[in-house]
This record gives sequence, structure tokens and C-alpha cells, in this order.
Amino acid sequence: MTAAARWARRAPLLPALVFTILVTQLPFAATLVISLMRWNSLDPADRGFAGADNYVAVFTDPDLRSAVGTTVVLTAVVVLVSLLLGLGLALLLDRRFAGRGVVRTMLIAPFLVVPVAAALLWKHALYNPEYGLFNGALTWLFGEGAPQPEWISEMPLTAVEASLVWQWTPFMMLILLAGLQSRPQDAVEAARVDGATPWQVFRHLTLPHLRQYLELGALLGSIYVVQNFDAVFTITSGGLGTANLPYAVYQTFYQAHDYGRASAAGVVVVLGSIVIATFALRVVSSLLREEGRTGVRA
Amino acid sequence: MSRVWGVLAWFSGLLFFAPVAWMVLTSLHSEPDAATNPPSLAAPLTLDGYREFFGSGPWPPLLNSLSASVGSTVLVLLLAVPAAYALSVKKVEKWSDVLFFFLSTKMLPVVAGLLPIYLVAQYAGLLDNISFLVVLYTSMNLPIAVWLMRSFLAEVPGEILEAAALDGAGLPTILRRVVAPVALPGIAATSLICFIFSWNELLFARVLTGVVAGTAPVYLTGFVTSQGLFLAKVCAAATVVSLPVLVAGFAAQDKLVQGLSLGAVK
Repeated sequence: MTAAARWARRAPLLPALVFTILVTQLPFAATLVISLMRWNSLDPADRGFAGADNYVAVFTDPDLRSAVGTTVVLTAVVVLVSLLLGLGLALLLDRRFAGRGVVRTMLIAPFLVVPVAAALLWKHALYNPEYGLFNGALTWLFGEGAPQPEWISEMPLTAVEASLVWQWTPFMMLILLAGLQSRPQDAVEAARVDGATPWQVFRHLTLPHLRQYLELGALLGSIYVVQNFDAVFTITSGGLGTANLPYAVYQTFYQAHDYGRASAAGVVVVLGSIVIATFALRVVSSLLREEGRTGVRA
Repeated sequence: MSRVWGVLAWFSGLLFFAPVAWMVLTSLHSEPDAATNPPSLAAPLTLDGYREFFGSGPWPPLLNSLSASVGSTVLVLLLAVPAAYALSVKKVEKWSDVLFFFLSTKMLPVVAGLLPIYLVAQYAGLLDNISFLVVLYTSMNLPIAVWLMRSFLAEVPGEILEAAALDGAGLPTILRRVVAPVALPGIAATSLICFIFSWNELLFARVLTGVVAGTAPVYLTGFVTSQGLFLAKVCAAATVVSLPVLVAGFAAQDKLVQGLSLGAVK
């Protein structure tokens, strides 16, 4: 191919590529630079090179350090629990029963509620100790003297996690259901004929086949949950030890106006994401390899 | 035995759906009926919550959300479709590296660029401006759209393309007759997903907009600290803002999963 032909071929790609580099990579490069600076917008005179000070602050400031821990715990719990529940639901929905389509549609609904709206729903209509559905249900079940917990103040992180698990389980279920339905049926039949128990079929045929789908769900879930802002902001406003890094960055920059420190925290979020991404790219490249091998698309 | 599994499935479905049903039911109660313990299932239904909500000026935020979402979806398609074409039909060299680059930007958390973006907006006088939000939403959705469109366009059969080219069909004819029929459902699915993500977005909108350009999610944050007297109104607001996504999502369930899993799951 001549150079001109190669450029003609690249031309349709370039606008998207240039746009993406300009709008995503440049700001991150700027964040890196600012993270090395002493820069608080309330004190503009004192601006200068700070070296690693902001990073030291991120890991020694108890608030920011706990935000690192909260992010890890929140992401791990939400992704794992919703993946397990999603697996259970996918296995249930993989069977034939009356009204399967209706049940599937009901199960998808949580994922389709706008995240802020979902968080408001949980905060006000479900968790509220005086008139929320949860305590109301306890009153229904156990009568007047039923325990009436203050869900959000007694178990703040669990409260945020539960609302996120509710939103993400349907997503995991849908991915895993697609995986189950793409499973080659003849192998399952053969195993049954050979006398394999349902558990053996699940353990040795279904689970290995689902592995890729489980990884994909974990990966996509992690990318979104690690960045969660809406639920933390809405349900607890970052209080009671629920501030994750995105919320902490937002607060450091929006309320404390400490640009240097906020940027350093932002870079730490990126480092965490790189760990996930390394795992992620492996998963995705295995999907692409599969496409190359069998000729079907990933 | 199989009946037990069916019952369990129904039970789980109802359990997961209950909060959504509760949101809609509460939105249809009067404020005093909405805020009782135990909740009153049989309270008379009323549209007061919706009247309250629509009386409190939600139209500008809803229209802002609409223009930001539609605007960025159109811009995403204009950029993503040609790019996907170059990554699948007429492949550039190193196409898979380029594809990975797009995906990797999705793993760059929003907060990692928020501050410089805010400073640029401030410097350029673009704070509280919908067009700036459109640009950001485009960058947020472009990688997903490129991936999706590529996986759809990869279904265009190569032999037919070559045969058409040998028969002397020009590029416009090939695009119209061979590529478009395969691409159009993909474009519809991609648009839907980009629309939903833009419609749902809160962090950028919260930091970069205010009085004029605030979107529906930003408007909803006004209810974060509101008290029980407004429960029906809160639920009406949450229902109205979620409605476009709920309707679109139910209508296109399969496309949605496939899209959200970046085209990896059929």
C-alpha cells in the first residue's frame, strides 16, 4: 500500500482518535502536573512546586487514606455480591417456567432506574427510619414493638453497598444469562446420559464455560463501581466513613479548594484502576483472540 | 422440583422489582399517606406528587438533559461510525492496538481529569454551559461507541464487499447497499446506550453546571436532604427522570446487554 492509500485508510479514524486524546489524555496529564504542585485556590499567592507532598498527604491524611480503603471495600463487596446473586438469578432464569419473560423484565428494572433517582429512592423511601418501607415491613411482620433500625447511621457503608448491589445484580445476571444460553447443549446432554449429577454438570461444564462471562462482569462492574459517585453523594454525602476516592476528590477540590491534593488523590484512583485494567485487558484480549480463532465476532 | 425453581424465580423477581414498584406507588400517594409507618398500601391514589413536581420548575433541567444527551449522542455517532469502519471493514494497521487505546480511556476514572477540565471551563467561560457538557459526554461515550460499532461492522461479510468492489460499485453504493443494512441496528443500539449514560451522568454536571445548564440528575440532588413531607414529590421526580431510561431499556433489553458488555455478549 502506498503512503497516500494508508492515510486514506486512516482518515476516518483520526477525528475520533484526536478527540479522545484531547479530551481524556490531556486533562489527565494536567492532573499529573497539578498533583506535584502546591495549589489551593483560596490562597493563590502560595503556588509552587511541591514534589511528592500531595501524595504523602493522600496517604497520611486519615480522611483520604480511609477513602482509599473504602473504595477497595465498596468495589470488592458490590462486585462480588452482585456477581454471585446475578449467577444465582441467571441459573434460575435459564430454566423454563411460566412467566419467565415477566420475571426477567422485573429483574432488569433496578438497572434502568437513573442512579441518582435510585439512591434517593433508597435513602428516603426505603431506609428512612420513620416512614421507610424497610421499617414499615418490620412493623408488618412483628407488630408495634418491631425493631426500627436507623439503617443509614447504624450501617452506612452496608446501606450504600446494598443499594449498589440492587442496581448491579441485574446487569451481572444479564451477562451470565447470555453466557448460559450460549453453552453448547450437546455436551450437557452427553454428560447427563453418562449419569453426571446436576452439580457435576455445573462444576465441570457450566462453570468453566461461564468463566469468561464472570470475568467480563467483574471487569465492567469494577470499572463503574470504583468510580461510583452518585450513591455515596446521595445516600450519606460521604459521611460516616463512606467517602470513597471519587467523592473525596470531589470534596477536596470542590469544597476544600486544594487543587494539588485533589489531583494527587485523582492520580491514586488511576493507579488503582490500572490494577483492574491490567486484569481487564487480559480478559478482553482473550475475547478478541477467540474472534480471530473461530471467525465469529467477540 | 422444577415448580420450586419457578416459584423461587418469581419471588426473586418480585423482590428486586419491589423498590421500583414502591417508588411508583409512593409517587401516587398524597404526602401524608406517603409518610406513614407502617406504609399504607390502600391509600387513595392521587397525582398531587406529580403536580407538585411539575409545578416546581423541572422543565429546564429535563430539557437540558435532553439536549446534552441527544447532542452528545449525535456527535458520538459522527465520530465513532467512521472510526469503527476504519477498525473493522477497511482495517488500518495495528487496529487492535488502537481499539485497546479507546477502551483504556474508559478505565481512566472521570475524577482523574475533573480539575483541569473545570479550570479550562472556568478560563474559557464555559461553566454552566450545555455545549461543554456535550463535549465531555461525547468523550465519555466515544470509546464504548467505537467498540460497539466495530463489533457490529465486523459482521459485514468481507467477500460481499470485495465482490461489490469488483463489480465496479463505488464507495457510496457499497456503504448504502452492503454496510448500512448491517450497521443500522448497531447504530440504534449504540445511540440508546450513549443516550442512557449521558442522561444518567451526575459528577460532571454537578461540578460544571449550575443555574442555567443544570441537568435532571443535578436537579434531583436538590432532594438529597429533603424531609418526609416531600416523599411523594421525591418519588414522582425519581420516576419521571427514570422514565425515558426505563422505557428505552425495556424495549431494547437484548441490545442493551450486548452493548453494555461492549459487544462481547450476544
